[in-house]
Amino acid sequence: MPVENAVKQEKVLEMDNICKTLSGKEILKSVSLTINKGELKVLIGPSGAGKSTFLQCINYLLIPEEGTITLEGKAVNPSHKKELYAYRQQVGMIFQDFNLFDHLTALDNVSIALRKVKGMSKKASYDIALKELTRVGLGDKTDLYPAELSGGQKQRVAIARALAMEPKVLLLDEPTSALDPELVGEVLSVIRDLAKGGLTMIMATHQMDFARALADEIVFMQQGEIIEHGSPAKLLAAGSGTRTADFCNKLSDMCEELD
Amino acid sequence: MDPFYTEQLFPAINRGLWMSVILIVPSAIMGQLLGICIGCLRVFGNKVVQKLMNFYTSLFRGVPLMVQLFILYYGLPKVGIYLEPAEAAIIGFTLCSGAYNSEYIRGALISIREGQLKAAAALGMSKLQTVLWIVIPQAFRRALPGCGNEVIYLIKYSSLAYIITCIELTGEARGIAAQTFRFTESFMVVGAYYLFLVTVASYILKKFEERLYIPGFGAGKS
Repeated sequence: MPVENAVKQEKVLEMDNICKTLSGKEILKSVSLTINKGELKVLIGPSGAGKSTFLQCINYLLIPEEGTITLEGKAVNPSHKKELYAYRQQVGMIFQDFNLFDHLTALDNVSIALRKVKGMSKKASYDIALKELTRVGLGDKTDLYPAELSGGQKQRVAIARALAMEPKVLLLDEPTSALDPELVGEVLSVIRDLAKGGLTMIMATHQMDFARALADEIVFMQQGEIIEHGSPAKLLAAGSGTRTADFCNKLSDMCEELD
Repeated sequence: MDPFYTEQLFPAINRGLWMSVILIVPSAIMGQLLGICIGCLRVFGNKVVQKLMNFYTSLFRGVPLMVQLFILYYGLPKVGIYLEPAEAAIIGFTLCSGAYNSEYIRGALISIREGQLKAAAALGMSKLQTVLWIVIPQAFRRALPGCGNEVIYLIKYSSLAYIITCIELTGEARGIAAQTFRFTESFMVVGAYYLFLVTVASYILKKFEERLYIPGFGAGKS
């Protein structure tokens, strides 16, 4: 794997100098990040660090005051509506609280954007939706409504919905933090399969074991800035003295206290 | 049976019933559609449109319906617009019930969680597509009990049509009562007719709600 990565350092998405102020408070202070094809970057940091805001800025769900975003070498102009919608189709987003469409079945949740945005036929969109739902292990739950699904199942439907659009990059905003502990595993295992399958992803999470095992790079954010970034091995090594290692120790101390 | 009923009251009131239905059904449907449009504009329109639609709503909710009907029927000819009594009544009912419905719709629209709008945007949907395919189908279901209530009101305020010479149920009953001086019987019977209309409407609305039932939306089948 490392050899392969070294060979093809193909930049997919570049964020440069992203600044965002929300209700008078500076949330992001000139954040820059580049992600290469097939990489998984994990954003960690204390709450309020700006991870979520940063992810939403990447997809222009929040429009940053400053900064440019470049997808496969082409700068995106968010004030051009058509261009913005086309860009968003290529950058999928997974939310903390799933945000499924409450009035649609799992199958329609996954297929509606294929029909309405990509203009596919009902048949073609259902075929893709069924394929994606099967991929996240929900091939038998296609006719259920969000109210009839567990949290883990909802999040997997949300992942299938994003995958159906065939995104070039998938953004995940703490995909497991709204879940009951026993449901975290099923969602993480889906994400792990995606990472192994070579999907380019940026994920904010507090699941350190997951980050340690799968991340190509850990990006540590604090107070709206990227403080450290590097491979998990480098940042989390015992005695490395990095802020990241310090933060992780605090997280695991907290877990031990709870145990 | 007393020929008063069989020869005078029932034929007249049945005629009136038909007229009432002609007033109520189009007003209810158009009032609903108007309510959806205005409700959406009040939530998703730009500032100017929102102000304008809020003004419309407060105007039509604030002025008594009888006054609105007088203006439509007796006032508009002054500016060269002549309406048939039934036309004036249907327009008046539609505008008024649209204003009330827009309030139910507005409430339902703002209850749709922000997150779903973000999810739709993240899939590349435009604002219009999001409103059409995500927001309205949910808002409509949430607004249905309130809007159903409005239909029930409409059935009863349709009795105001007789004051602009559109002789429906109440108008016919009044006519017969005035001719025969049998006020009690006439109005008891017409009251029963309204009760019947409301019962039928409630039944249809209930069936409609059941038809549109989706897990997670309200009570549904009980």
